[in-house]
Amino acid sequence: MTTRSVDRETRVLEIIETARAKRPRFRDERITLAHGAGGKATQTLIEGLLAPAFGIGELADAGVVENIAITADGFVVKPLRFPGGSIGELAVNGTVNDLAMAGARPLALTLTMILEEGLDADTLRREVEAVARAARKAGVTVVGGDTKVVERGAADQMYLSTMGIGFVDPRAELAPHRIVPGDRVIVSGPIGEHGTAIMLARGEFDLDAELQSDTRSLWPAVEALLQAAGADLHCLRDATRGGVASALNELMRAAGAAALVREADVPTTPIVRAASELLGIDPMYVANEGKLVAFVAPQIAGAALEALRAIEGCERAAVIGEVAAEPPGMVLVETSFGGRRVMDQLVGAPLPRIC
Amino acid sequence: MRFVDEFRDAELGRVLAGEILAALQPGRHYKVMEVCGGHTHSIYKYGIDGLLPESVELVHGPGCPVCVIPMGRVDDGIAIARKEGVIFTCFGDMLRVPGSEHTLLDAKAQGADVRMVYSPLDALRIARSNPDREVVFFAIGFETTAPSTALTLQRARAESLRNFSVVCNHVTIVPPLRALLESPDLRLDGFIGPGHVCTVVGARPFHFIPADYRRPVVISGFEPLDLLQSVLMILRQLNEGRCEVENQYTRVVPYEGNLRALEVMAEVFELRPHFEWRGLGFISGSALRLSDAYADLDAERRFEVPGVRVADPKACQCGEVLKGVIKPWQCKVFGTACTPEHAIGTCMVSPEGACAAYYNFGRFAREKEAV
Repeated sequence: MTTRSVDRETRVLEIIETARAKRPRFRDERITLAHGAGGKATQTLIEGLLAPAFGIGELADAGVVENIAITADGFVVKPLRFPGGSIGELAVNGTVNDLAMAGARPLALTLTMILEEGLDADTLRREVEAVARAARKAGVTVVGGDTKVVERGAADQMYLSTMGIGFVDPRAELAPHRIVPGDRVIVSGPIGEHGTAIMLARGEFDLDAELQSDTRSLWPAVEALLQAAGADLHCLRDATRGGVASALNELMRAAGAAALVREADVPTTPIVRAASELLGIDPMYVANEGKLVAFVAPQIAGAALEALRAIEGCERAAVIGEVAAEPPGMVLVETSFGGRRVMDQLVGAPLPRIC
Repeated sequence: MRFVDEFRDAELGRVLAGEILAALQPGRHYKVMEVCGGHTHSIYKYGIDGLLPESVELVHGPGCPVCVIPMGRVDDGIAIARKEGVIFTCFGDMLRVPGSEHTLLDAKAQGADVRMVYSPLDALRIARSNPDREVVFFAIGFETTAPSTALTLQRARAESLRNFSVVCNHVTIVPPLRALLESPDLRLDGFIGPGHVCTVVGARPFHFIPADYRRPVVISGFEPLDLLQSVLMILRQLNEGRCEVENQYTRVVPYEGNLRALEVMAEVFELRPHFEWRGLGFISGSALRLSDAYADLDAERRFEVPGVRVADPKACQCGEVLKGVIKPWQCKVFGTACTPEHAIGTCMVSPEGACAAYYNFGRFAREKEAV
């Protein structure tokens, strides 16, 4: 290859990098499912429309006022019940986890229900009980809420919306800008279970597997990390929509650092691996509802990992990589085969490949 | 996973990479085309580019079935999807392919009932459970996916399902390869043959490549070890002055292909006189349509479609990329006007497309090479 063509290629690559680093503009004509998938389109919607409108700088699932963390969340899962949980449980754990990721001990939440005309009362009863049960388990109180009913067809059975508050734990300040080169990246257990369980529960694939959603409160895990690492715990993110890959991409962009992930060290279960293989999906992009990604200082990584593994649901926590200074905003993967590649943000909804 | 992990063994990969290095003749540059988009995807997914020496260059070929669908066909699909009472089904990666104005995903957001399926049989199931709706399957793919469409049509016929039909965009691999080999600006030393297509058609249809064009072909599997071994087999043929069709993927590809599948295809399909390929233009005898016996299940005959030919965007150089004449980054609009979020050409739409793969994964390989 001639020097000239290398220059051209370098220039083109620079253009791509610049485009990536720029704050995206929201120019889409209509909302598509991609805007809700947690990938690039979601980011464009948030950074290009919401953040500038509300004057928010660093984006997180929970905001902090004084020492109180506040979060809001919406739940539209289909089907309402799936192996390992249901929308009610998800609503509590999802809210609690957003607070926990801000380093806040969850205290209370409100619950708003949007119900479709004709919804079976037993379904409603069951989900209300699921909310109550999950709240007890997570140690939070449901203190209020609202109920609305819409015409048949205007909603799909039941949507839930929550607001949660918690007290920020003083032992650590958690934020993307506290991530520094050298930090170790920890995930709290096998990835991709929730999203895979939901995909299979929808029954679109004729695949049966004994797989359960991992929905759970992550506060016990966060408390263990705070106890073990204190101020050396730098940042947390729950790897929900878009999976670990999207969480890492978002944080690396915010931190202006790079993450290097060793694919072979990422914990997965054989069922998730097999389902992903069949469906042509990368488990790194599949949603979790009870897994977090933690960034800790290297000297404390061993202790943090040990503390985490003592928590129920985190027994298979692992260090999957580390943070580097270059190239900023990027997530690189050392494949289990020994090659390297970029693990980019998800574009569009996760569409399966056909051959 | 058994039968998969064995072919992703990093240790064996290093051994093969070493053998490839040892097989290189000094000063010789090897340009090898992987025909199939599935191979392109594996190459980037496992970082295989980075494991090969610099003098072995992989060129991404025309074998991504999504990438070759021209805009006019997408427009036809959208027109059907928008008709009253239609449930339009297709594979997931077809949803984001741009037509002249919209994608199927846009049509869905605007109210068309567009559903993603994993198999044409899923579309058939939707037809069964929605007897008052017209269910249309937008069939794409090479010989790999054509048999499943054919079987689905046979089943629809057997069940006398009247509300099911197919838009057939199935294409065949040999005519575009021949067109490619006829191209005067093409400089390729050998081909990694499309393993999945060969499970159906066998190895025989590829003999014209060594016979007429003096280039070696190695039919390859899709795991990283398969690909490295295939590259090594091509290098050995070149070094030894041999030129033949070899089968690396013997665990799946029988020499004669799948006769039952070929029979089913012969009953349900017939060759189109010509078909337009995005970037490559019209190629004779390169695609399939439903045979007259299945005319009543042909969506193109059941629905009125615009059927307008839409020229490829001027700035788009998908054709040259598909032919391996230029690299993705050499295209005038690559990375600027044409990105995975706003794709102009189909090479950018499918993650298997050469441009999307390069956009997502290629930068790092470049940086590494530069060091």
